[in-house]
Amino acid sequence: MNERRFDPLVRAMALTVFVFLCAQTAFAHPQKGEAVGFLTGFRHPISGLDHVLAMVAVGLWGAQLGAPAIWVLPVAFPMVMAFGGMLGLMGVPLPGTEYGIAISAILLGAAVMFEVRPRLWVAATLVGVFAIFHGHAHGTELPPGQSALLYSMGFVIATGCLHALGIGIGTVHLWSWGQKLLRVAGGLVAVGGAFFMWKAFA
Amino acid sequence: MIRTSPSRLPLYAFVVLAFVMCALPADAHLNSTGMGPFYDGLMHFLMSPDDIVPVLALALLAGLRGASYGRRALFTLPVAWLLGGLAGLSAMAAKPHPFIAAAWFLLLGGLLAADAKISLRVTTALAALLGVYHGYLNGVGMGQFETASVAILGLVFAIFVLIALAAAFVVHLRANWARIAVRVAGSWIAASGLLMLGWAVRTR
Repeated sequence: MNERRFDPLVRAMALTVFVFLCAQTAFAHPQKGEAVGFLTGFRHPISGLDHVLAMVAVGLWGAQLGAPAIWVLPVAFPMVMAFGGMLGLMGVPLPGTEYGIAISAILLGAAVMFEVRPRLWVAATLVGVFAIFHGHAHGTELPPGQSALLYSMGFVIATGCLHALGIGIGTVHLWSWGQKLLRVAGGLVAVGGAFFMWKAFA
Repeated sequence: MIRTSPSRLPLYAFVVLAFVMCALPADAHLNSTGMGPFYDGLMHFLMSPDDIVPVLALALLAGLRGASYGRRALFTLPVAWLLGGLAGLSAMAAKPHPFIAAAWFLLLGGLLAADAKISLRVTTALAALLGVYHGYLNGVGMGQFETASVAILGLVFAIFVLIALAAAFVVHLRANWARIAVRVAGSWIAASGLLMLGWAVRTR
């Protein structure tokens, strides 16, 4: 007598259904939403290419300029960006935010492309002014109901990581071929900024 | 006649169903480690970023200043936290103000980022204030539990270990880039404080 054998696919499906039925531990009150706050905060700066281009460009420029700009610029940017974010959260209006963001990518990219070497305070001020636009845009877009602390930390850490990425790429400046490559990268950032400027006008 | 072995599906189904039916405890309110109130308090600190970040910032700041600063913070902060916690146990209620939490982030993160040359007295005062304030809030929150004082001991132990590790790590840093990396961490903490301030006064 033939016994009916279950198809492997049916077995797998049955097991999967049982696994999905498994109830998870309830994390009530303190934990709920906090991890989501950190992750959503971390994702926010890297979710927009216009922000990514400018923040990586800050790192590239810092690496190109060398010490102390290599660490002053990436420290100045998150601090001033957070100030801009605070203004955005408080509802303080800032006109032309999208244009400011696009201009930041254009000018920072151009600075890397032409290897502009201004005084430190000039570079820090320029980066700081651009950071306000980026921060304000983030601040006005922040979703309600998140954990303020974890969201803020995720947000700032992601921004810092983007700068670190820029600095990491910028270390190719130590070699002559790397210097040319870095200038090309600056040009690409500027082109990206021009694209976002065109989109802002369109 | 073809002989086939009987299907094992019912056995698999039974095993999986047994796991599915296994009820897990709900981790509501206080994190229960299952190892007693001491470890519950310890875990409470490790799972509370609003407590752990200012403590870490103070430890890094003290470490940057030198070994004597680190030693002072190592004993002042846990003792102040313990005293604040014990005082909070008998208090009725206290609500942590978001402005004050943001201010601690801004102050300690800013001092760390600037590598501020603060005196030993100021470091001691900061450690005492931070400990009393946060300890008091912890004490109020834990006051509803019978074993709260033991939980606070566990919490204070975690603070002691964190300060010892973080400050000792930074005291030994000699490379310039490593000290700058610590200051960058301070700037991130201060930037988080600024954003938290924005959240606190959010108008939308």
